[in-house]
Amino acid sequence: MTPMKRRTFLKGSATASVLAVAAAAGLLRPQTVLAAAWPQAAFDAKDMNAVTQALYGAADAPANSAIQIKAPIQAENGAVVPIAVSTSLDRVEGIAIMVDKNAAPLIGSVSLSGAGAGYFSARMKMGKTSDVKVVVKAGGKLYSATQNIKVTVGGCGG
Amino acid sequence: MATRETKIRTRTQEGLIEVLVLVNHPMETGMRKDKASGKVVPQHFIKEMTLEHNGKVVAVAHMGPAVSENPLIGFRLKGAKSGDKVKAAWSDNKGESGVAEAVVDAG
Repeated sequence: MTPMKRRTFLKGSATASVLAVAAAAGLLRPQTVLAAAWPQAAFDAKDMNAVTQALYGAADAPANSAIQIKAPIQAENGAVVPIAVSTSLDRVEGIAIMVDKNAAPLIGSVSLSGAGAGYFSARMKMGKTSDVKVVVKAGGKLYSATQNIKVTVGGCGG
Repeated sequence: MATRETKIRTRTQEGLIEVLVLVNHPMETGMRKDKASGKVVPQHFIKEMTLEHNGKVVAVAHMGPAVSENPLIGFRLKGAKSGDKVKAAWSDNKGESGVAEAVVDAG
């Protein structure tokens, strides 16, 4: 009987420690990130650093060539500017798209977990020619990429 | 108010399953004036879209009014295959919502 109990005990503790390691490695964390409420402060923020700070708690996001922005260099209609962001970075947790010259720079942000790959696409409104910045949170760190998009006809308040 | 049409479809892009969601929605910024009445059209935009893969939430997108009218939102999935279920659900600032489901077609 005694060895049986010992076996059971070992099994139980192994399961517990696997969970502890998973939690420590951040594997369980994305769930709480995904449950976050709509980030009012980030959408109200008036500049891109403030947006990044409100979303991710830090404003420093160095440029990284592993982030690709697929968007037109010149957009004829600022009301509908397609943008697609993809990244080969590991463990992508979030992607945020911002337009510098818009009154409220944040277009949208996405939180990812599990099967969610480092990709997000949408169509956005741009008031005028501006830099478009993408901030990616991957493995707990922030990275960014920037592209200038020229707008012929503005898309805000039309 | 009439239910807003929500469409979802999948395709293979760069080795991953891409899920595209199209919602028939005005996405009013709250800054536009109605030409006939001269009154400001109140804000009306989708705030949140959730994507589920086989019943598990894999992406939550938070959007502002600067997303274009009739939003077309794209996500990609790793390790998804034909026959998997995907479901997109959205809600806006006026409490309207919509859902669309599809079966992944990797072909």
